This record gives sequence, structure tokens and C-alpha cells, in this order.
Amino acid sequence: MNWLGDGTVDRLQANLQVPDLSGTRYRAVRFLAGGGMAAIWLAEDTVLQRRVALKVLDADDSPELASRLLREAHILAALEHPGIVPVHDAGTLPDGRVFYCMKYVEGLRLDDHLTRNPAISDRLRLLLRIAEPVAFAHSRGIIHRDLKPENVMIGPFGEVLVMDWGLGKVFSAPVSESSAQNTGAAELQREPASLRVCSTGHGSVLGTPGYMAPEQLRGEVARMDQRTDVYGLGAILSFMIGNSQAAQSNMLRVGNPVRAICAKAMDSDPNRRYATVEALTADIANYLADSPVSAYPESAVERLARLFNRHRTAVILIAAYLAMRLLFILFSHR
Amino acid sequence: MSTPTRSDDFPVTRHSVLVAMRSDDPAQRLRATETISAAYWKPIYKYIRLKWSLSREDAQDFTQEFLLRLIEKDFLEAFDPAKARLRTFMRLCADRLFLNQARDAQRQKRNGSTPILLDFDEAEREFARRIKPTSPEEYFEKECVRHLLALAVERLHTRCESLGKLVHFKLFQDYDLDRETEIPPSYSQLAAKYRLAATDVTNYLAWARREFRACVLQQLREMTATDGEFRREAKAILGINPK
Repeated sequence: MNWLGDGTVDRLQANLQVPDLSGTRYRAVRFLAGGGMAAIWLAEDTVLQRRVALKVLDADDSPELASRLLREAHILAALEHPGIVPVHDAGTLPDGRVFYCMKYVEGLRLDDHLTRNPAISDRLRLLLRIAEPVAFAHSRGIIHRDLKPENVMIGPFGEVLVMDWGLGKVFSAPVSESSAQNTGAAELQREPASLRVCSTGHGSVLGTPGYMAPEQLRGEVARMDQRTDVYGLGAILSFMIGNSQAAQSNMLRVGNPVRAICAKAMDSDPNRRYATVEALTADIANYLADSPVSAYPESAVERLARLFNRHRTAVILIAAYLAMRLLFILFSHR
Repeated sequence: MSTPTRSDDFPVTRHSVLVAMRSDDPAQRLRATETISAAYWKPIYKYIRLKWSLSREDAQDFTQEFLLRLIEKDFLEAFDPAKARLRTFMRLCADRLFLNQARDAQRQKRNGSTPILLDFDEAEREFARRIKPTSPEEYFEKECVRHLLALAVERLHTRCESLGKLVHFKLFQDYDLDRETEIPPSYSQLAAKYRLAATDVTNYLAWARREFRACVLQQLREMTATDGEFRREAKAILGINPK
């Protein structure tokens, strides 16, 4: 029997994990990440001579997982938005594993990005951009169900992408007529059963603890709708304002209204959450503009302070004018 | 025999080893024990050499004793797949046997039993090649993986030979097994060496790797006790969820 040295053992083990891309247009470059059911590989598209990411199922004979991966590819294909990674191709590899090919995104995950300690206003603006593709998906009747910092990528040019739609689900909320006409949501509603039938529809719990809404945690599939993602965005906001180095060293000053927005988004009762992502982002935008937010009933003092902040320049100019005027009156009476 | 070999007619099914070990048919039990012995004797030998610092001769005697007990004493009757992996169980059995023998302090070489022929020289050469100082348990785990892959290579070689595809195996050997540098030979070098087209090298190598993967899974199935253990091991070693 041939002796296999450590290098050979490592190489064989690594090779065994490489998807069999023989006969395809792709060539594996390196392993990028692994998850519960699939691995992501950096690959080269030899026809178009560009780098792509291949998401390859671990199992070679699991119809349930295969259909879940293909469903994810269908969802991505249906959601054309700058904040959602585009899918180029899908199929089955010679070794029997299902895969799909998508754009290779370089950048930082949100949790890594936050280690650069951006200011609170920048964090809130970032959340508004994370919410955009989520709201877009909702307008197509799709919820993400696994929103968390690890699933948000910040590209080198500041682009924000919401990744990993593997738990995405078509929910039954009515799609507005205008958006349906404009974007083909009606077609999506008539899409193949694979899109409409959720493989987790039997009450099994899938998601990430800490970011899952209570109804998701309890496996109440019928109760999940866009408010489930509102909870996820609230949990991301909570992470952004609370779990960073700056927040722990009290360098990050988070106002009560932001905390109230976070609490409302993460309310355990879906009926008391923001009804839509747009309502959540409107409150954040209001906060950034020093306008009142629906989640936080402010006191008279807080209202005055906010108005001062909002009209700081005008107030200072008026105060300066009045002070000068007063000084003028005092000196003119001497 | 230099190494206990798996009988080709051994039924390779899910839970095959465990089911066969508990079969009423002595022949089936014997074949199952042979399979287990082939898969584990070398890691056990190296493990006790390292852990208990046994001399070469004592380790050989111990390994013989261990395998004979495995065959004759229904060693695996006590194995509960819910509690441990078969690999861990084997290692613990080896530890227990050693401690019992040490306590008795009256260990004698077995008389009358036919020893199992094992290539201890080869095992000893491999043992001498260990480089990094690891714990005996870690070493055992690593040796199990090494032995699994080595058996799968043998299996691939046999398969290629029977299918008349030895060139495929040689390409696999040159590209994945024998090279000592990080940089593999180029496909054009291999094509020239074996007088093939470069595209054939790509296809043959892909075939050999696909077959090797199948061989590893087949071997792994025989080295594990339950379907659950098989899947966990495949996930840990190969990073896949096999069927």
C-alpha cells in the first residue's frame, strides 16, 4: 500500500471537496465559504473569462435540498435589483450536485464593516440602503427570513447587497396593482410551484437565533409576512447601534428615538411592529432629518431640543441678532 | 495475507458492518470483522505505539490480540452507535484492553491461535514518519483518515485495472498522489508523457477523481456503523452530504 504523506492527505481531502466541474464552462479557483447545506466556490467562467461565485449543494441526492437551492436561484432571478446579487446560471454538475452561478461580490460583511466604527448617522443611512432591496422583494411578494449582518455585503464602492436568499419565501400578501403592472410581480405569483411552496412549510424552524422573529422561531409559517423581515431589520439595527466597539466604549451616542424605532421593529407581536419596511425606513429618515418619529412620543423639552437641533443655524442667527439688538439698546440709552 | 482484505461479495449496504457483525450467520460476521480489521488495524497499531510507548514487538502482539478478540469475543457486542462513533469505540477498546493487560501483568502470547498476517513493517515505517507532535487521540484520528484514503486509493487502482483504465489511475497518481511540490505537472506535460491529447488528460483526471470520491465513500461506509455516523464522517472528511 502506498504511503500517503501529510501533504498528499491534505490535497486529497481538499480535492474531494472541490465540485466536479468537468464538462462545464467553469473552473474552480478556491473555496470561499460553507454553510449548512451548500458551499460557495470562487470559479472562473472560461467562456466569458470572468470570475463568478458558484453555490454548490453539499448533498448529491437530496431532492429537498436540491429544490431549496433551485428555489433560491429562482428567487434571485426574479429579483433584479442593484442590492440583490444577480444569478447567471443554474443546473446539475456531473457529480450530481445542484448548483447555481452568481456574480462574485468582493467586499466586507456588515459586521466586519462596522469594525471601522462609522458614525451613528452613517449607520442609519446604511440601514436605509439595506432596507431598499428588502422592500423591493416585498413588493414582489417575497420575504427573506434570514436577515443578519453576515448576509449583508458592503462593496468596495459602497454598494450594499443583501445576500443568501436561501430561506426566501413567497408570502400571500397582496401585491399593489401598480407595482405588479410595472414589474411583473403578477408573473411571479404565477411562477412554478417550487417558488410558491415553501419547503419549510411544515413548521420546521429555519433561520438564525437572535435575528429570527418570534413567529419564525415558533415555526408559525402562516403568520410570516413582511413584518418578519421588519423584525430582522430591527435586529440588524440593534446590532449596528449596540454591538460595536464604539457602542461598548460609549463613543456612539444613540438617541432614545433610535432605540424606540429598534424596539418597535422588534416587537414580539407582529401587529405592533411597523407594518412595512417603508414605515420603518420613514421613521429612520425622519430621525436623520430631526423630524418626529412615530415610534417615540417625545416630551415638550425633547421637542424643543429637537427643534433647536433642526433649526440650529436659524436659532443661533436669531439669538445673535437679538443679543446685538439688546446690546445696541443698552448702549444707546447711556 | 499481508492485509486483511474485504471480501468482494460483502454486502455494501447502509449499516452493513454493524448489521453483519450482529448477524446469526458466522460467515457474514467473519467478513464484517475482516472489514473492520482492515480498516482499523494500522491506526490502532500506531496509536498504541504512541500512546503507551509500546515496543515494536509488544505493539505487534497487542494488535494481534486486539484483532483476535474482535473476531472471537464479539468485541463489538457492546457498541452503541448512539453513544460514540465506531472509530472512537475502537480506540477506547484498545485502551481498555491495554489497561486490563497491564493490570493482570500476566500477559502471555496466545498459543494455538493462528496469527493474522499484517504488514507491521510497513506500519512501523509509517509510524517512524510522523512529524508533528500531537496527542495520541489526535494522531489516531489523523491516521484513520490517512488509512481511509490509502484504502480508497487501492480500491481505485483495482477498479481502474478491472476496467482497463490504468492510464486514468496513473494520471491521478502523477497529479494528486506522488508529487512532492505544491505545483502539479501541467496537463500538457502529462499529455506528452502518456501520449494523450490535453483534453483527454482533463477528462481522464476528472473521471479518476469522481471514481476516487465514490471509492472513499464506499470505504467510509464500511468503516462506520450507522448511516448517521457515515454522513457525519463524510461531512467532516469530505465536506459533503452523501446519499
